[in-house]
Amino acid sequence: MPRVLTAVGITKRFNAFTAVADVDFHLDANEAVGIVGPNGAGKTTLLNVLAGSYPPTAGTVTFGGADVSRSNAADRCRLGIARSHQIPRPFGNMTVFENVFVAASMGAGAAREQAYDGSIESLRLCGMLAIANRKAETLGLLDRKRLELARALATGPQILLLDEIGGGLTDAEAAELVTIIRELRGRGIAIVWIEHILHVLLQVVERLVCMDAGRIIAQGVPEEALAHPAVVEAYLGSGVT
Amino acid sequence: MTPAAAVTVHRWNRASIVTMTALGLLVLVLAFGPAIFGATLTDRMTTLFAYVILAAMWNALAGYAGLVSVGQQAFFGLGAYAAVKLSHGGVEVYLALVLAPLIVGVLSLPLSSFALRLRGGEFAIGMWVFAELMHLLVNLDGLVQGETGTSLIALSSFGPDARRAFNYWVALAVMLALVAAVFFLLRSRTGAAIQAIRDSEEAAASIGVRVMATKRLIFVLAATGCAAAGAITLSTLTTFQPKTYFSVQWTAYMIFMTLVGGLGTFEGPIVGAVIFFIVETVFGAQGVWYLIGLGAAALLFSLFLPRGIWGVLTDRFGIALLPVGYRLRFADATKRTES
Repeated sequence: MPRVLTAVGITKRFNAFTAVADVDFHLDANEAVGIVGPNGAGKTTLLNVLAGSYPPTAGTVTFGGADVSRSNAADRCRLGIARSHQIPRPFGNMTVFENVFVAASMGAGAAREQAYDGSIESLRLCGMLAIANRKAETLGLLDRKRLELARALATGPQILLLDEIGGGLTDAEAAELVTIIRELRGRGIAIVWIEHILHVLLQVVERLVCMDAGRIIAQGVPEEALAHPAVVEAYLGSGVT
Repeated sequence: MTPAAAVTVHRWNRASIVTMTALGLLVLVLAFGPAIFGATLTDRMTTLFAYVILAAMWNALAGYAGLVSVGQQAFFGLGAYAAVKLSHGGVEVYLALVLAPLIVGVLSLPLSSFALRLRGGEFAIGMWVFAELMHLLVNLDGLVQGETGTSLIALSSFGPDARRAFNYWVALAVMLALVAAVFFLLRSRTGAAIQAIRDSEEAAASIGVRVMATKRLIFVLAATGCAAAGAITLSTLTTFQPKTYFSVQWTAYMIFMTLVGGLGTFEGPIVGAVIFFIVETVFGAQGVWYLIGLGAAALLFSLFLPRGIWGVLTDRFGIALLPVGYRLRFADATKRTES
């Protein structure tokens, strides 16, 4: 599988605090990678650097062979890096359809008719078509999370960065999202997924990256990565399953 | 996978087509305004057109782009000032009145690079500071001579009736052009992106919206529009005294019209402008009590009817005469439950 995303020597400092320290990360086409680690491990910061929400203090991000380290979130999205937010950020005064339509017309750069089709398709895939005319501010948590997915999907991504999309959901609700995310993988979208709920995550990813204190402490096939002494220590018997 | 053809996107409805037709007829009638209305009403209608522009601009800025400015009088004043300068420099006076807002629009471009870096309240107050700064700078101009002011002398080359009619037609044409520009911008794909920025700038950026460029577009449009209203007001008053034009009261009027009509609805602020116009016509002579009444009304509306008159109508009855949004329609009811 060709490599789609490569991040080398990523460091992100906020004043004196180093959130991510010299991390190397890569993603192959159609690969699904999980990122786990305790709170404050630097997972979301790494995701934000990959998505272009802010520039890294040091290091480079290469996407599809081009250095995108300095390009912003909007431009990276247009290139094919989509994301969801840990706390959903719906456009509350707009309808569900309009939320997704902005993504299809701006992120995917589609003309009007194509953007309509892309939006409808994304909503259908995420099970939101029936509530497409509802104002986004009226949605519950599961639907807000679905909307994050539908919007990201409508931008026509090659890779999808998910930040705790399962957080706060019941097992049944999380299972619905797993079904959708698997479907996205089936369409050739590579996935990077930060998640605390391991049994949900492991239904999708084939590689696990374990972080602690801004560094990668272990990675590989999930079972092996989780058995790594450093990972066990980081979680300190808090029960990672 | 079911073809997407089972679901269709709708924007116009029967009510909006009727509305557009009615508006077209109204404009046709208004075009003959100077022949129909008396002298006083023709002048008042010219003022109403300026109010409609102001309300539509502040609404585009605050209601759709989330950019709450209390400094739009900067552009209102600069529009009038630019018209005075152009006319003084030898440009035909009505051409000057039309060119002035375009010049102010171009000037607002570099300003946007600074102003749009400010967020929320900082932006609001920053714009007010800018307006005060412009007021002081214009006062320094030898042509204006501080608060002594000057006037659009070239207008006196027209007879009173011709001048009144020209003022009216220019105001009507400029209002139609600007309101149509806002309408079609909001209906465009960029219009949806503008609203996305209002609701969450970060999320908008993450789905590919170029935030700065998009905000700049609406900022420049609003600056141009407020400048046009300033130029129209100058044409009716003929005198240019900086403190009249750079007064924060203009922005207060814009806020009143938008809040009463319905912030973030397209039709609302136009309704608000008409209401404000009627209130001013009836109570304007009451001096200070008139202003207290305006303030109290704006306060009551923002407390008890925050969505304004039109907002309440759309919420309760689903009325959208001039829709800028999108509705999905399902050809087959069974598709609704499909996931």
